[in-house]
Amino acid sequence: MSQAVMNGAAPAAPRKDKVETPFRRFVSEFAESKVAMGGLIVFTIIALVAIFASWIAPQNPYDLAQLDIMDGRMEPGTVGGAGFTFWLGTDDQGRDMLSGIMYGLRISLIVGAGSALIACVVGATLGLLAAYAGKKTDTVIMRLVDLQLSFPSILVALMILAFLGKGIMNVVIALVIVEWAYYARTVRGTALVERRREYIEAAQCLALPTHRILFRHLLPNCLPPLIVVATMQVARAIALEATLSFLGLGVPITEPSLGLLIANGYEYMLSGKYWISFYPGIALLVTIVSINLVGDQLRDVLNPRLKK
Amino acid sequence: MTVYLVRRLVQALFVVLAMSVIVFIGVFAIGDPVEILISPDADQIERERAVRALGLDLPLWHQYLVFLGNALQGDLGRSFVFNEPALKLILQRMPATMELAFGAMFIALLVGLPLGLYAGLRPNSPASKTIMAGSILGFSLPTFWVGLMLIMVFAVQLGWLPSTGRGETCSVLGFVGLQPCNVGLQWSWLTGDGIAHMMMPAINLALFKISLVIRLTRAGVRETMLMDYVKFARAKGLSPARVTFVHVFKNILIPVVTVVGLELGSTIAFSVVTESVFAWPGMGKLIIDSINVLDRPVIVAYLMIIVLMFIAINLIVDLTYSMLDPRVRLETKGA
Repeated sequence: MSQAVMNGAAPAAPRKDKVETPFRRFVSEFAESKVAMGGLIVFTIIALVAIFASWIAPQNPYDLAQLDIMDGRMEPGTVGGAGFTFWLGTDDQGRDMLSGIMYGLRISLIVGAGSALIACVVGATLGLLAAYAGKKTDTVIMRLVDLQLSFPSILVALMILAFLGKGIMNVVIALVIVEWAYYARTVRGTALVERRREYIEAAQCLALPTHRILFRHLLPNCLPPLIVVATMQVARAIALEATLSFLGLGVPITEPSLGLLIANGYEYMLSGKYWISFYPGIALLVTIVSINLVGDQLRDVLNPRLKK
Repeated sequence: MTVYLVRRLVQALFVVLAMSVIVFIGVFAIGDPVEILISPDADQIERERAVRALGLDLPLWHQYLVFLGNALQGDLGRSFVFNEPALKLILQRMPATMELAFGAMFIALLVGLPLGLYAGLRPNSPASKTIMAGSILGFSLPTFWVGLMLIMVFAVQLGWLPSTGRGETCSVLGFVGLQPCNVGLQWSWLTGDGIAHMMMPAINLALFKISLVIRLTRAGVRETMLMDYVKFARAKGLSPARVTFVHVFKNILIPVVTVVGLELGSTIAFSVVTESVFAWPGMGKLIIDSINVLDRPVIVAYLMIIVLMFIAINLIVDLTYSMLDPRVRLETKGA
């Protein structure tokens, strides 16, 4: 992100608002909110845990050889047959919940961040194009955006997964289709203002190719709001993926994300075995809240209108 | 105004048509229903007969035209699983979803308005900060997980509320003309047992909306408090209660209620999740079950009804706005 913000300042165009804030000032402004810093730290820890899950998890939940059905549905804190403690209990297969959550986090984050990234690329490109080309192109793209945003995300995702079926790739596709419109709308809004500025005119006078103007001149100056939307959308994507997986339309049972872990505990809930659903839910909640806190602060810092 | 109305209606019609094509092709692309419906022991002749009976041997465009023609007559196909008209299945389950959605909206306003009002009037008090923090939490909490936790606490541990189902329903005859089946509409909220069953799902569905209402109300109150007419009412020496409830509250009510009305559609869509958690026999649970068994006609019918509902809601909102605000009308004309 540092790179992005600095790039934004690179053309050194005469700008009234303070988007060209140096990276250091951006960091210090961000750090003003202790809550947001807390969110960032928590999220970093979560991301690290997810990345290094296979090294730090006490057990590989996908490796059937390591599972013992005798350890099934154990309460948090019991010592299992393999000799280590199940701090968060086990599920019906005898899987350690802590390991399951670490691996599940990995899938949730990959799907959430991956889909947000692809949607960002697609949406930003279309948004730039709409703003730059104007006329028919703009009308067509924005009609599509309006149409899509008039339906709730869960419905669109449900529709697409009903067509495509389960699977991680299909969930990513569904999330990308759900999310691109938000990026397109955001980028278009900023780009419409930016394209009238002198530096774009200058670039046009130099007869630079359109793609160069779009991605090297226009895009860097549209980044701040895009970054905010992208952060928020990662959280939304993770939540939506969990919901879809919970409904049995998302990731396959062999690679459970947090949503599916929660769904697995559903039937044991009624017999009081709360931990199978409870802890993955806490992990999901903490992830989403931490991302939202960071996003909230980013919005305040990157929004020139809120500058003192 | 008439031109605008006609233009908007034609637009809506095109959207409906486009969506029907998308839904039809999309649903056609999913697995082969023959594999699921016909037992593997069936011989070739039996299979072919079944394929023909289901109309699956025709080319895709022909199937679409047949579907469209039937749809115009209110026939959206028969469910492969229930062997009943898909439309009837959905309409039978609609009251359950509707009462859940309206119940959730009611709770959202009942809880959200006072909290938002308080947070707006005293933005710096600790209680307001707690309310706002709570609303962030409400936005972040995964609905389905909260549902499970509600079941765990109130049904399993405390045993206060029933965990699943609709409970006792009370049959009240609905609009006879609109009714495809001659059975009365079943309502849960008219019986005590039904209300007990509705409690948790409605609260669960309302959580997100409560946060929304709190934020909207708070923002509205803070904006309205700065208005001249509020200052004037204060200067006139009116009691704070009168200023708050008559001058401020009445004015913020309009935008809040508008947004909440707009959110009705999304509440109905999100009830898919809540219905699955609480085994609430509404449309949402039906569609999830249908997707899992590839019951194509029901999926198509559900999606078409939902699409129609959304387009209708959007159309009504647009038209109401353009009636109230001439700027909207002019802008559309210019574009």
